[in-house]
Formats: sequence, C-alpha cells, structure tokens
Amino acid sequence: MWPRLFPLFPERASTMAGRVDALYFFLIGVSAFFIVLIASLVVYFTFRYRRRQRDEIGRPVTAGYTLEVVWTVIPVLLTMVMFFWAANVYFSMASPPPDTLDVYVVAKQWMFKFQQPGGQREIDELHVPVGRAVKLTMASEDVIHDLYVPAFRVKADIIPGRYTTMWFTPTKPGSYHFFCAQYCGTRHSGMTGEVIVMEPADYQAWLAGGSGEGSMASAGEKLFQDLGCITCHRPDGQGRGPSLQGLYGHQVQLTSGQAVTADDAYLRTCILTPGGTGVAGYQPIMPSFQGVVSEEQLLQLIEYIKSLASAAAPTTPQGERLGPRPGETHQAQPPQGSTPKTPPAPKKQH
Amino acid sequence: METADALSLPKTHYLNAEYGIRSWLLTTDHKRIAILYLVSITFFFAIGATFAGVIRLELLTPPGDLVSDDTYNKMFTMHGIVMIFLFLIPSIPAVFGNFFVPMMIGARDLAFPKINLLSWYVYVVGAIFTLVAITAGGVDTGWTFYTPFSTVASNTNVLTAAIGVFIAGFSSILTGLNFIVTIHRMRAPGMTWMKMPLFLWSTYATALINVLGTPVLAITLLLVAVERVFHLGVFNPAYGGDPVLFQHLFWFYSHPAVYIMILPSMGVVSELIAAFTRHSIFGYKMVAFSSLAIAVFGFLVWGHHMFVAGISVYSAMIFSILSFLVAIPSAIKVFNWSATLYKGSVSLDAPMLYALGFIGLFTVGGLTGLFLASLGLDVQVHDTYFVIAHFHYIMVGGALMGYLGAIHYWWPKMTGRLYNEIWAKLAALTVFLGFNLTFFPQFILGYLGMPRRYHAYPPEFQALNVLSTAGATVLGIGYLMPLAYLLLSLKFGKIAGPNPWKATGLEWQTPSPPPTFNFDQTPIVTKPPYSYEQQEAELG
Repeated sequence: MWPRLFPLFPERASTMAGRVDALYFFLIGVSAFFIVLIASLVVYFTFRYRRRQRDEIGRPVTAGYTLEVVWTVIPVLLTMVMFFWAANVYFSMASPPPDTLDVYVVAKQWMFKFQQPGGQREIDELHVPVGRAVKLTMASEDVIHDLYVPAFRVKADIIPGRYTTMWFTPTKPGSYHFFCAQYCGTRHSGMTGEVIVMEPADYQAWLAGGSGEGSMASAGEKLFQDLGCITCHRPDGQGRGPSLQGLYGHQVQLTSGQAVTADDAYLRTCILTPGGTGVAGYQPIMPSFQGVVSEEQLLQLIEYIKSLASAAAPTTPQGERLGPRPGETHQAQPPQGSTPKTPPAPKKQH
Repeated sequence: METADALSLPKTHYLNAEYGIRSWLLTTDHKRIAILYLVSITFFFAIGATFAGVIRLELLTPPGDLVSDDTYNKMFTMHGIVMIFLFLIPSIPAVFGNFFVPMMIGARDLAFPKINLLSWYVYVVGAIFTLVAITAGGVDTGWTFYTPFSTVASNTNVLTAAIGVFIAGFSSILTGLNFIVTIHRMRAPGMTWMKMPLFLWSTYATALINVLGTPVLAITLLLVAVERVFHLGVFNPAYGGDPVLFQHLFWFYSHPAVYIMILPSMGVVSELIAAFTRHSIFGYKMVAFSSLAIAVFGFLVWGHHMFVAGISVYSAMIFSILSFLVAIPSAIKVFNWSATLYKGSVSLDAPMLYALGFIGLFTVGGLTGLFLASLGLDVQVHDTYFVIAHFHYIMVGGALMGYLGAIHYWWPKMTGRLYNEIWAKLAALTVFLGFNLTFFPQFILGYLGMPRRYHAYPPEFQALNVLSTAGATVLGIGYLMPLAYLLLSLKFGKIAGPNPWKATGLEWQTPSPPPTFNFDQTPIVTKPPYSYEQQEAELG
C-alpha cells in the first residue's frame, strides 16, 4: 500500500525503461559512494583534528601531486563510463526500429491531438498496442510543447515549424500519464493525458470502433485534389511538377546539386517553403502553402505521399525502396461510420 | 574572544567618516558601495523568497487551488528572475567582492571607484524596471524567456522585465571589468598571483565570465524585444525564425551564469576553510586554476540544456562529454577542501558550519549534474523536478550557503561587532536541515516524472510535495534568524577587534570597521596566503 501513497520509483512500461533505470542506478551508486566518502572524511577530520587549544594552528602537510592526479584521473574515467553508456541509450532513443506504428501528434495550447494512420483521432488520449514499436511524428501549432511519458522514459520537445519524432515499445497493458514538459503558458499543467496500452486484439477492436473520417492517407488524397496539387504533380509524370509516385523515402536530386532523402521534414519544407527545394529538371514555380494548410492537413498530405511510395514508381528510378510503411496497412481500411469524435476505448483489464 | 570587551571601535572608520544620505548615494568608497548592494540584494532576496513561499504553499495539494494558474506561472517566473538576476548574480561579487577585493590585495579602492558607483545605479535602474514589471501585473514566460512563447504568445509584461534584466546585466559587466583591472593593476608590492587568496582567483574567474558572457544575454533579450515589438523574424518560425536559436543564445550566457553564481562561493569556502582550520589550502594551485578551468569550460557546455529539443545526436554527444569534463575541476576543489581539514586545527564557528554545509550540498548538486549530462538519463529527468532540485542544490545549497558563510565571516570586519554565536550556529543547522528537506524529495519527484512549472499535479506526487513544503517552512525560519541576530548585533554585539578569527589575509590587518582608505600604509606582502605557521612565529 505504501508505495502508492509514497512512490519512490516510476512504473517501468517500455523496452527503454529498464535501460534508463540501469544507468540511473549506476549513477546513484557512484554518487552515493562519493557522498559517503566526502562526508565521512569531513566528519572524521573535523572530529580528529578539532581545535583543542585556542591558539592552536594546523600542522604542516606536504602536498605532493600524487593525490591530485589520483582524484583527477578516477573521476575522469568514471565520467567517461557514464558518457559512453548514456550516449548509447540516447542513440537507441533516436533510432526507431524499421517497422513502426506511425502516429501523428499535433500539439497546441493546451492539448495534444493524436491521429492513427487509419484516421482515428483522439485528444489527450493515445491508444497503442502492447509490444509494437510506436513512432510519433509531432508538430506544434503555436509555441514549444513537449510530450513526456515517464513510465516509458521518453520525452521530446514539439517545436513549431518542424517535425520532431520519438518512439517507444510499450511492454505492459495499462494506462500511463503523459505530460507536456515544456512550459507553454496558462494551462501548461493541464496539458496532460493518458497513453492507453492494449493487447493487440483489443487495439484492433478499438480501431474498428473508431473514427469515421477514413484513413489519414485518404484525407490527404482528397486535399491533394482540392488544393489542386494534382494538376502539376500528375501521377504519369507529365505535369509541370515531379510525380510523387514512389517518392517517399527515396533520394531526390535538387537543382542545387544536393541529393536529399524525401522524408517528412523534406516534404514539409517543400509544401511550406518550396523556394529552396527545387527538384532538378523542374521550374521553381510551386507556390507556398504556408497558412493555407494546417499542421494536421500537412500531416495528411505527407501520409498520402507516403502511401504513394508503394505505388509503381516508373518516374523515380534513383534510390533504394524502403520497406513497406506501416501506414499502408491501415490505408486499405474503408472509411468507417461518420461520428467525428473518438468513441471511448474498449475497457481494459486494468 | 574574551578579550573583545577590552577592545573598542576605531574613532573614525568608513561608516562614520561622513554622515547623511548624500554621503551614501554619492560615495565612491568601495566599502560603502558594498553596503548599498547588501541592502538592495537583501530586499530582493526577501521578494524572491516570498514568491517561492507562494509556490510551495500552492504545491501542498494536487489541484491548483491557492492561486490561479496565471498567477502561479507569474510566481515561478518572478521568483527566478528576481533570485537570479537581482540576488544571486550580484550577491557575493557585488557585496563581498566590492568590500574585500581591494582590501585583500592591499589597495585603497577599486581601479574605477566612480564606475563602481555607476554599476550600483545601473543595477538599481534595472531593478526598478523589474519591479515595475512585477507590480504592473507580472510576467509569465519563466525566467528563461523561451521563444516563441515570449515573443508571440505571452501577453504579460515581457518587454519591461526583459529591459530590466538587460540593464542589470550592464551592472555586472561594469563590476567585472573593475575587478579584472583592479586585480591586474593594483596588487600591493609582493602580492604576486600565486600569493593571492583563493577568493580573488574565483572573483577574477567570475569577472571574466561576466565580461565575456553577459553581452550575449543582452543581445538575445534585445532580439526578443525586437521580435515582440516589430515582428522581425528571428525566433518565431511563423516569421521565418528559429525558436531553438534562442535557446542556444540564451544558454550560451545562462549556463556560464551558473558559474557566475557558484564560483564566488567556492572562493569564500576556500577562505573559510583556511581560516577555521588555520591551515593552508591543500593543493592551492589546483584550486586556483580549477576556477579558471571552470570559467573557460563553462562556455562550452550550453547545449546540454537542449538534449530533448531536437538537436542532432552528434552535437548532443559533444555537449555531453564536455559537460562531464566541466565537473572535474569542481570535484578537484571538493577533494582539496576535504584534504585541508587533515591535520588542521578545526574550529566549528558559524562561518565554518556554512562552509562544511556547502561542501555537502555542493557535492550532491555536482553529482546530480552528472545525471543531467548523461544523455539517455537526461531524457527522463529534463524539465522535471529533478532539474529543479539539482540547480537549487548548486545555487541555494552552494551559492547561498557560501554567501551566508561570507556574511558571518566578514560581518565583524564590516561592522566592527560580533553577532551571537549560538544563534548563528543554530541558524546554520536550521538552514542545512530545512534545505535538504525541501529539495531532496524533489529529486525523487523528478525521476517519478513530475514536470517543472506545474500548477497542479496528479495525487501520487503529493506526499513528496508535502515534505518539500514542510522543508521550505524550516528553511524560511533559517533565513529569518540571521536577519534578526545580525541586525541586533549592530547595537548589542561585542566589539570584534581587528582580527576576531585570528585569520591571515590583509583584510584582517586593519581596524574593524576599516578606515576609508583601508590601510595607513600600503602593505608589503612577503608570505604566501594562509601561512599560519609564519603568523604564529611572528606573534611569538
């Protein structure tokens, strides 16, 4: 009972949690050792060499450099162990495994909006299946926010004007707090919610009971037509702009001579500020869509372009095809129902 | 000290050389300017502490029920701005540096007495702007002024507060410049660099950071103001700016600013440990050069504030390794201080209690800094109460304990009178216990995941928050006690005499309080600092 009233340690619910905790305990061990060492020396010397007569002075000590070298080198070695260990964990945090469930996050004062690839939307609640790596691609509509799930030991800022990502693999069904960790104004402390981790079957059931707006990719496809993108970016490659079939994840040759990978960040830049991203062989005539498309629409467009990666790609011979994107699995789902709000999740066993 | 009753105050000294408000407001005496600073920063400490009190009371219960969320956000913002820019940064340099840098090198004053007075006035103007921002409704950006929140979203007095901080910055530039020139040019004959007391080394290192770093803060705040007023795109992506650029610029100053706050305290602790062990500091050169190393390396670690702000993995690794390395000089200092106690003549007078308290708390603060430098671990604790606990261990457990140690050590010199030693020891103990009770639970809260700057929190965090608030109450009492007995000592304290601690150092060789020009004759230095054996031999 007492740990619930007086917890000392957060729940461990992702594959990363154990690795971070191991590092934490190592540092606590090293710190405790030095704190006890220093405190014992100070207390012992203070007692042993206490002033016994009013005019007593300290006795001379010849200070060689041996001690100085010892207590410089040992801390340096210990901190280097910490550095490599911690950098290794951080590197894993920055490298999602290849086959992730991609969820999109748009943060604004003071809420988080999540959208599953299948189109299901949620606010301040995120449903994910246990055991599957989940990758969040995050954008902010206003100021800097930060998504922090203590039980997963992950945290990343959400910065306006760019995408940031983070990933985790939940290991235990249950519901876990998340917080906005970057101060964002009045209701900052109310910008919280729950990640609900479900058994895969329950998650599928939850998805099926969900959203009526169709997949993100199909919403993106509609936008692609409504905004007139299709008039230039024709699938047959005969338009004034390059075809987007099979583009995502491949190398693009720019007019500047640079070659870049067509990822989320690149597509975002192309749509919002097309000036500097001209593709070799095409006129730089694309207008900016800054202020025309919202962050959510932008993500839908990108998800649509991503879905075209699996289409036949006759016009983009360069580059190596990436593995199938998880978005594709859900893109096939037909639109379901028409309720705009996410229905409550199927109740979990905990 | 029993002989103190037989002593009397000198007939004329810097406090009674002139009378009247003009004699204070137009003084160029470094000692009087130090007193002006002492009074001003004590006032702002009281204001900043009041804000902290409101924060701790609000966090006693999980829901935000004491003040509104906007009020709470203003409280922690103004607590940070007032405590950092108007109390901690000026604290030891402007009060004890001003008073004792000239006295410790055997000079009559600082190199530029009028600039010294100017720096106080500049501080006051900056402080007035900040007070206006507070009274006109406050500011809610956090002391870090992160963009684009500060430039587009906040509708509080950001501009006024930023101007206040901007102006106050010039005060520390001027003070720093004055110290650098004074230490280079005005040392008494024989006072070579390696004969300087360690307080001077750390004051010198601090002054270097002040002069090199503060202009960057000024530029950054100016850019915030320009973007806020003229919508010039620097930081806001909607205008084509980069919000993370602000963080780079801000922390380029504000991380070294942590060393501006802690280095002077380290200098004080070196003085205290030497004086209350009657021993020279073990590894004097290592302690001296480690101050400079901290000042230099401190400029290269700012990126560790951005490990979760989407910076590249490789730049994060560079900043991480440099952050580990900057911890080494601090570790060297702690080991050398502890070793100084060995074969010393250790006396636990009140200033020494603060110095030993500093060693303990600074060690905890420094070691928990390693947690934050550890990339994969920082991700969990960044922007949580772990960070809050860590930097309070450095800035309150470290810097403020040093400040209190300094005031207890040099009070007899500054006022000519002794305070009540029993009360002083009791206060030191109260502060130490209250501090640990306040901030240690916050480490645990942070790892549990409680984010900083939260007005309301989930109920599982309550027990630790109650402990913390209880500790803050004890800490508050610990701070009120010195205020009372130090003020009482001005009237009722025993006469201190020139050297109540029988310490070495030129400042103890003049009457207490010192005459306006410090020394009747320019002293000639022949001995290294802390040479207690030689002092003993001379006194017979």
